[in-house]
Amino acid sequence: MARFFAKHLAFLLLTLLVVSFLVFALSEFSPGAVARKELGAYATQEQVDLLTRQMGLDRPLPVRYAEYLGKAAAGDLGYSARFKLPVKDVIGKHLGNTALLAALAFACIVPLSMLLGIAAGMRESSRLDRAILLFSTVVASIPEFALGVFLASVFVVWLGWLPGTATLVAGGGWSVATQLVLPVAVIVLFDSGYVISMIRASMIEVMQRPYIRTAVLKGMPLRDVILRHAVRNAMINPITVIMLQINYLIAGVVVVETVFAYPGFGRMMLEAALFKDIALVEAGALVAVFVAVATNILGDLAYMVLDPRIRA
Amino acid sequence: MTDAPLLEFRDVGIAYATRAGEVPVIPALSFRVSAGEAMGLVGESGCGKSTVALSIVRYLGRAGRLVRGRILFEGRDLATLDDEELRAVRGRRIAMVYQDPMASLNPVMTVGRQLMEVPMIHEGVGAATAHARAIEMLREVNLSDPEAVMARYPHQLSGGQQQRIVIAMALIAEPALLVMDEPTTGLDVTVEAAVLDLVRELRRRRRTAILFISHNLGTVVRVCDRIGVMYRGELVEEGSIRQIFTDPRHPYTRGLLDCLPVLGRDKRYAPLVPIPGQLEPALSRPPGCGFAARCIHVDRARCTSAPIPLLPRDGARGHRVACVRATELAPWARRRAEGTAADAAVVSDPVISTQRLGKVYHARSGLFGAGRAAVRALRDVDVVAVRGQTLAIVGESGCGKSTLAKVLTGIEVATDGHVTLDGAEIGRLGVDGRSRELRRKLQMVFQNPDSTLNPSHTVGYAISRALRRLRDRAPADPSAGVARLLEVVKLAPQMAARKPRQLSGGEKQRVAIARALAGDPDVIVADEPVSALDVSVQATIVNLLAELQAARGTTLVFISHDLAVVRYLADHVAVMYLGAVVEFGRVASVFAPPYHPYTEALLSAVPVPDPDRQYARILLEGAVPRASERLRGCPFATRCPRKLGAVCDDTPPPVQRLPGGHHIACHIPTAELETLQTALVEPSREER
Amino acid sequence: MTAPATAEALSVSPPATSRRRARDGWRRLARVGESTPATVGVLIILFWLAVAALAPLLAPYPPNATDLAALAHPTPSRAHWLGTDHLGRDLLSRLAWGARPVLVIAPLAVLGATALGCLLGLAAGYHRRWIDLVLTRACDIVLSFPVIILYMIILTTFGSSAWNIVGVLTLTKAPIIARIVRGMTLELRECEYVAAAKMRGESALYIMVVEILPNARGPLIVDMCLRTGYNIIIIGVLGFLGIGLPPPDPDWGGMVKDTYGMMSVWPHMALVPCAAISSLVIGFNLLAVGLRELGLRD
Repeated sequence: MARFFAKHLAFLLLTLLVVSFLVFALSEFSPGAVARKELGAYATQEQVDLLTRQMGLDRPLPVRYAEYLGKAAAGDLGYSARFKLPVKDVIGKHLGNTALLAALAFACIVPLSMLLGIAAGMRESSRLDRAILLFSTVVASIPEFALGVFLASVFVVWLGWLPGTATLVAGGGWSVATQLVLPVAVIVLFDSGYVISMIRASMIEVMQRPYIRTAVLKGMPLRDVILRHAVRNAMINPITVIMLQINYLIAGVVVVETVFAYPGFGRMMLEAALFKDIALVEAGALVAVFVAVATNILGDLAYMVLDPRIRA
Repeated sequence: MTDAPLLEFRDVGIAYATRAGEVPVIPALSFRVSAGEAMGLVGESGCGKSTVALSIVRYLGRAGRLVRGRILFEGRDLATLDDEELRAVRGRRIAMVYQDPMASLNPVMTVGRQLMEVPMIHEGVGAATAHARAIEMLREVNLSDPEAVMARYPHQLSGGQQQRIVIAMALIAEPALLVMDEPTTGLDVTVEAAVLDLVRELRRRRRTAILFISHNLGTVVRVCDRIGVMYRGELVEEGSIRQIFTDPRHPYTRGLLDCLPVLGRDKRYAPLVPIPGQLEPALSRPPGCGFAARCIHVDRARCTSAPIPLLPRDGARGHRVACVRATELAPWARRRAEGTAADAAVVSDPVISTQRLGKVYHARSGLFGAGRAAVRALRDVDVVAVRGQTLAIVGESGCGKSTLAKVLTGIEVATDGHVTLDGAEIGRLGVDGRSRELRRKLQMVFQNPDSTLNPSHTVGYAISRALRRLRDRAPADPSAGVARLLEVVKLAPQMAARKPRQLSGGEKQRVAIARALAGDPDVIVADEPVSALDVSVQATIVNLLAELQAARGTTLVFISHDLAVVRYLADHVAVMYLGAVVEFGRVASVFAPPYHPYTEALLSAVPVPDPDRQYARILLEGAVPRASERLRGCPFATRCPRKLGAVCDDTPPPVQRLPGGHHIACHIPTAELETLQTALVEPSREER
Repeated sequence: MTAPATAEALSVSPPATSRRRARDGWRRLARVGESTPATVGVLIILFWLAVAALAPLLAPYPPNATDLAALAHPTPSRAHWLGTDHLGRDLLSRLAWGARPVLVIAPLAVLGATALGCLLGLAAGYHRRWIDLVLTRACDIVLSFPVIILYMIILTTFGSSAWNIVGVLTLTKAPIIARIVRGMTLELRECEYVAAAKMRGESALYIMVVEILPNARGPLIVDMCLRTGYNIIIIGVLGFLGIGLPPPDPDWGGMVKDTYGMMSVWPHMALVPCAAISSLVIGFNLLAVGLRELGLRD
């Protein structure tokens, strides 16, 4: 167990280092850019050069990177040019909003995908299986913005049941809860399509295993065979993928956030990237990688809990 | 009531739906199993015996369908049971044990829970009672420390232990019928012997009826009273063990017995007689006898016009045969070792030999290669193969025989000692380092027919590529070379255009032999080349190897776990255990006392298809220890039934040299071994 | 000696077998008809391929031409079958022209990623040792990074163009393919026919390309279909986020971006490109589902 954590921690640190360096190098690709951004389009080249020197941006990349790392380790992530706030506060606020969305979506995705995936894989090519397969293929094929547009045109434009934006500010007669319905629905539909097909494939494989036959031929009712013998085995392979969805839910929902004007982490990153708010991009990228590696570890842990064979 | 059968198949037909239409796997099958009786069903792969097993528990899958007839169990038609009634029969009245115990146990559940489920489902007992019952049952299948076993997961048990668990699970609800489908296939021969003894013992104690399905006539003999022989979904002959083995009446039964190597057969004195032709697909079933196309006694007019019924034989109670010529055929006699051919010349010209050969694997574990656990796969192996003869390496799984093959062929390199080929040292030469001439000299035939040929390449490409790479000069006309090699292995030249998936297992193995012959090698290393094949196909391949050797003078290093095949084919034998050669010598001397105690145990475990043979069995306790354990004494000491004492654990056994190049590595003097041991193998020509 | 020898190796199979191979290929292609999902998928893909190819003939107007007269009533009419967008550009024309970049970029990036991924995966899986360690770690790093953020950073830094999109898609998808190929290589390298090839002294390159790769093609083809679908989604997403193909040329994602704000008034402007992109992805994914089904049947 100790070795497991040591190994993963080492990988986490390695990944953070590599990615932060790449992002750092990439964002500060052109040395004058930061100062230019700061001074605006009308500053002269001399002014830009002066500021660049003053900010120490003309020093070699590795030196600046080491300095950046030192500051970051001390908790100083810099100042956001776009939001005019310390980076830490900007990220904290947006990450919190996204976490809410992610938690709600995850709480729907897991039970929904397990239910449909297991029901489909239980009897391959049955009518139920074909229906679920078609459903999961179709929803996984529709990009999130298109799903958003389809759902919004029905529930917002046509029926008028739900608000078209989710700014998290109660207004226009819509509560925050109703604002969350459509974004969560889009994420759940798009993401479960993929997870369902994973669980389905794994379930089909498990149902063909001899130990399922053993259980059936013990005289066990099919329901018990599925619940006691099949489900746990069928979840072993998809579990890591399911855990990886947390990664997508936190860092990958930029599209949904954009569609519904949701003040989340992804949209913050998009704005920062478009605005060339380098400090925010760098810190945000680090957070995203941290989340990614952490969910990886979580996935491996869950895998070990489910499968006694690799615990030994 | 005593006369009513427990299980009865009445004119049963079963078909599978496939893309090509419905295939009748079982056209019409009738047989009975009485209460307390043990009936064996024997046949080669594809004969429908497993379909029979699954149909008894109504588990044919969605593709399978009962198209005619009735399956009666305890007088009830199984097809009429509703789900509830069916569940009450499954596990409670009929239990099943199948091949591959590891796969039939749930990997994420302790074996204890899996055992306890059965009484909890069927008798509604609580967990405490079920636990007690499970413990009791584990004791009955001779598992030591049942409490500890209950808490284990399947992967923490050995293959033999797993199969005992499966048997315990089947018997815990005291069923009336136990269906066993190839229960010992895949187990090592000593483990197999122990499991078969257990089944016999349990049957004696519990009076459970058994339907025992196997491809191996030898295992059936050990358990059953009666045998049914199946071919293409039909029962071609049925009778008591004695009737089938001493007076087989159906040509297929005779063919099976003739192509089966039995201990004591030898290529020079009693060649195997393979069944001609090969199993035809179920779709093209002729109107008459399914075996007619391969039968040497066929009488076209009578055999292929109408279905052949399974008729009782006059004067032989319980013996039924489905052959119109059953009474016309001459009496059958087991081919005995006969003839006067002299033994080949004594060791003269060693081609390939090893001296104190060792191979250590460093299993790398941990992030920085820390915690290396060394596995000693080979320890001080000394063997010699003589030009134009066959050296066989035998032993159970994990004994190092395959590693030895890999080191000889250069797929792995030795870590200690030497391999000498024609006087040149090659032990440290991996395949990449070997010259073309060396690669040409030494080629290999592999075990698995499904993996030996690249599924993407045609047969012609596989062989012509080998011709081009192994010959000094590329042949002018590669397709002629391919055709010639195909002819050598008795395949039609048209085969060159085929892909492996269009070939049968035996044909693939012949192509693999042709490929190995492309460079006209001096030595062929064959790693279990026939172990995945049916007996009738096995016989053709074994004979082919023997013929090629006789015609070309090729030296054969034959790796096998099957002592009967080894006895048949080999001139010299090395018996391996835990990476070490415990006994080496001419085949006749290794298979006769004095034996190394391990050889003795192996030989006594071999299932012999002869009802008259009753040898005292030597059962090995415990499992093979891990090869990584530091070994000071004899590798076999932990399980040896003739262990002397501490000396065996602490001191490496001396190699005792007997006349004729026969070596035994044991502390017990060979003279003493000879007085303790009895002959386990049918006396060969000399004594007769 | 070596050059003629190689030529000979290639000509070993007489012409008859190459014809048979071609026939084999056709028969396999015809089998697509045995699977309903595959058939539907192929039909959808063919439809869009035809639309893209015939765009100049199909489109009633130039894609960027604005019809100010239509601005008052941009909804579908006889002049504009699918209506116009907020600038009065004909949606049908933009849809047809917009099929072109997607159907070029997505497959191109898949081909690139597959080629690179096969190379890396074969090398890692066949040689193992340090190559494997370095490559898998590198792939893990690329894979653990949320791709959409990566795209935002790269495309805003270097600017967005068709080639840049092909580049980032290739680089980010290659590790996934490499992982699949590596897994299969690890399995296939243990096959006895690989040992047989070593026994006759074949080079590592020959074994990887001739012995191993052809047997990995089944899962790879299925994956290429899936991957093309995902790439189409990503191209749409990039357009929607405003970091995709530069305006004003029609791009389905960009068309949604420009008009989804007007959903409550003219929903058709966003719905039409959304339906187009969704149907195309569904086509590729159905084909993948069908191919997998057919593959399992062998």
